[in-house]
Amino acid sequence: MHDFTPVSGLLGGILIGLAAALLMLLTGRIAGVTGIVGGLLQPDTADRSWRIAFIAGLIAAPLIAALFGAPLPRPAMNASLVVIAIAGLLVGFGTRMGNGCTSGHGVCGFARLSGRSIVATFIFMTAAIVTVAIVRHGIGG
Amino acid sequence: MALLASFVCGLIFGAGLLISGMTDPQKVLGFLDLFGAWDATLAFVMAGAVAVAGTGFAIARQRTAPAFSARFLWPDRIDIDAPLVSGAVLFGIGWGVAGICPGPALVNLAGLSLPIVVFVVAMLAGMIGQNLFGKNLWRRRTLAPRIDNPPLPSRADG
Repeated sequence: MHDFTPVSGLLGGILIGLAAALLMLLTGRIAGVTGIVGGLLQPDTADRSWRIAFIAGLIAAPLIAALFGAPLPRPAMNASLVVIAIAGLLVGFGTRMGNGCTSGHGVCGFARLSGRSIVATFIFMTAAIVTVAIVRHGIGG
Repeated sequence: MALLASFVCGLIFGAGLLISGMTDPQKVLGFLDLFGAWDATLAFVMAGAVAVAGTGFAIARQRTAPAFSARFLWPDRIDIDAPLVSGAVLFGIGWGVAGICPGPALVNLAGLSLPIVVFVVAMLAGMIGQNLFGKNLWRRRTLAPRIDNPPLPSRADG
């Protein structure tokens, strides 16, 4: 059971938005994790270094927090490893096919008022809500 | 400088995900579980993020170039096509099963727990698979009628 935490949610969200704004203002790039990682995995990508730097920053965040006593993130996951692997494949394949995820379409796309991103966000939100409803409550349950 | 800026932005982004609780799949699933004990936190995360990013983008639109590079690389696609819709559906299903999307997956990688490592390896494999084979899924059907059109720019939205 998890509690509703609007204050830390809003504060964290502001930091996420700040990171997206700064990445555009400083480097001219969209802070979409799918695009950043997916581009890195493509053989013909010329601009690898900034992608690696951004990803290193993402992974460094909990390591730096750990220096100040925060526990490293080791989240509890209920699904079996096989199911987790299938979910990972779907997330990787789907975000790349749809050209974006929660950061690129959800945050940056909404912030740009991109119709394409707003449509994508509503579709993946709906698909996820339906999936959770089926997994947790059974079909029609 | 651009590299340092990218690193710092990744750091701030990761800190935001940690503080907001979005690195915890149970919290994300709590938002997606409309029919259970619904946790609306993710909506507050999105609202804060979109408001600040939108303000920053509006400032960027008034400038001629970013601080450390030659030009702004705004996504230029506006079409809603089959890969966008299908990809979003597949992503949504995977997100609903695991409660993890690409950003939190990478932040969580620092903890090196087995489920997260499995998830990230599978996610990268899925991305590579889509990079290699995904375009063929749509090319077969769209090549003939669209041959006179130049291919759409493939710059990612995110």
